[in-house]
Amino acid sequence: MTPKIALRDIHKAFGSKHVLRGVDLEVARGESLVIIGGSGTGKSVTIKSILGLITPDKGEILIDGAPMGRDRDAFLAQFGMLFQGGALFDSLSVWQNVAFRLIRGRYKMTREAAREVAIEKLRRVGLSPDVADQFPAELSGGMQKRVGLARAIAAEPEIIFFDEPTTGLDPIMSGVINELIREIVVEMGATAMTITHDMTSVRAIADKVAMIHNGKVRWSGPVGQMETSGDPYLTQFITGSAEGPIEAVR
Amino acid sequence: MVLLRLIDDFLASIGRSVLNLCRAVGHLTLFVAVTLSHMVRTPIYPREIGAQMLRIGYYSLPVVGLTTLFTGGALALQIYAGGARFNAEAVVPSIVAIGMVRELGPVLGGLMVAGRVSASIAAEIGTMRVTEQIDALTTLSTNPYKYLVVPRVVAASVTLPMLVLVGDVIGVMGGYLVGVNRLGFSGVAYIQNTVDFLVLDDVVSGLAKAAVFGFIVAVMGCYHGYNSGRGAQGVGQATTNAVVTASILILAANYVLTEVFFSA
Repeated sequence: MTPKIALRDIHKAFGSKHVLRGVDLEVARGESLVIIGGSGTGKSVTIKSILGLITPDKGEILIDGAPMGRDRDAFLAQFGMLFQGGALFDSLSVWQNVAFRLIRGRYKMTREAAREVAIEKLRRVGLSPDVADQFPAELSGGMQKRVGLARAIAAEPEIIFFDEPTTGLDPIMSGVINELIREIVVEMGATAMTITHDMTSVRAIADKVAMIHNGKVRWSGPVGQMETSGDPYLTQFITGSAEGPIEAVR
Repeated sequence: MVLLRLIDDFLASIGRSVLNLCRAVGHLTLFVAVTLSHMVRTPIYPREIGAQMLRIGYYSLPVVGLTTLFTGGALALQIYAGGARFNAEAVVPSIVAIGMVRELGPVLGGLMVAGRVSASIAAEIGTMRVTEQIDALTTLSTNPYKYLVVPRVVAASVTLPMLVLVGDVIGVMGGYLVGVNRLGFSGVAYIQNTVDFLVLDDVVSGLAKAAVFGFIVAVMGCYHGYNSGRGAQGVGQATTNAVVTASILILAANYVLTEVFFSA
């Protein structure tokens, strides 16, 4: 079966810094892949390459077996993304953020209808309709993450990316967000790709795990096999040990 | 040997500066070309253009109005004092009018708006860059040039001439207030003299300059914000660069446009 997302030998360098050195990755339809790895190992670059925010120097990115065509809007319409800091537009109210895609572009709906959808999505992520008219700056970090999540799922995308979804949140809020992500992905039948350092997130969200080290996929496999992989790099990472093959000073 | 190395280093530093300048000019040219190409292609965001017109144009009115009011007054005093040296005090209304409309209105208006608007555009777009809001726009199928850059450039190019027109009137009134209250001109004669002396070309050339200055102000704000470095320091640097480059380009463009309009 054709994988939903396939990356073949992706290379990317910024100046003399070779970040990706041949990443190969496949994600099946409806699967939830979590990418782990230390800071600066190329996890974000991998996701941004798939979205076309960064153009790889070499390699192929296939969605449903086909590369991105000329119609960039249609291509991007398949994706939703939750950014690390939320990346909410602070000049727009919460509902306008959530409904951003719905009130613009080719498939735009009326503002009233879009507001209804936004409020329904806010409810889905556990926020009351009262926050719809507030501005992002008035919300706490956890609420901003939820709004970001509502925006990512507003247009019912087939593929959702989560960039460090629990960074900066307390453990309980992290747990809530992890649970929400899992529920939403299952409920929508979407294919998900998450970047995280948080091993609790990995266990809560992942079907499959890929570890990137030195610009390559070091290990990938089902989440259940992660603990028994026998790979010293992966073991060091998941146990958080300072001793091991990965240098602690980067 | 040491001398040779010093010369070598000196030449290398000149070369580096020239290369950096060429790179910056090329980068900016591409930015302007992409912006212009997006201006003539759909989708256009009228709501955004309207919001920016209000922000750039309407809210700059007090700054531009006060600047031109005081400048018109000071100009009247200067011309009166200068004119008195060869018994030509009567030229005050006409020189104030021509000075304001052709030169000081657009240039001072442009510089004040550069300080106010270029800085705020650069800071806003720079912060959006740093907090990944620009990436978020792209993932939401919205082109950042169309949504952020084009509305600001269009709004500034359209509203700066309007601002300058209002500024011209206020500047002339500044001259009028000083002329009538301090220098003993008759109010009716002052206005009559101003109206008789000005020709349409004076006003139109000033407004054309203002449109170009508006374009410069918005483009420099957007360009520096869009290419802002990381963190608070990057955004601060972008803001400074936006104001400095916009101001210098306004003064340089003013000279070129004056040559084009009036050198014949």
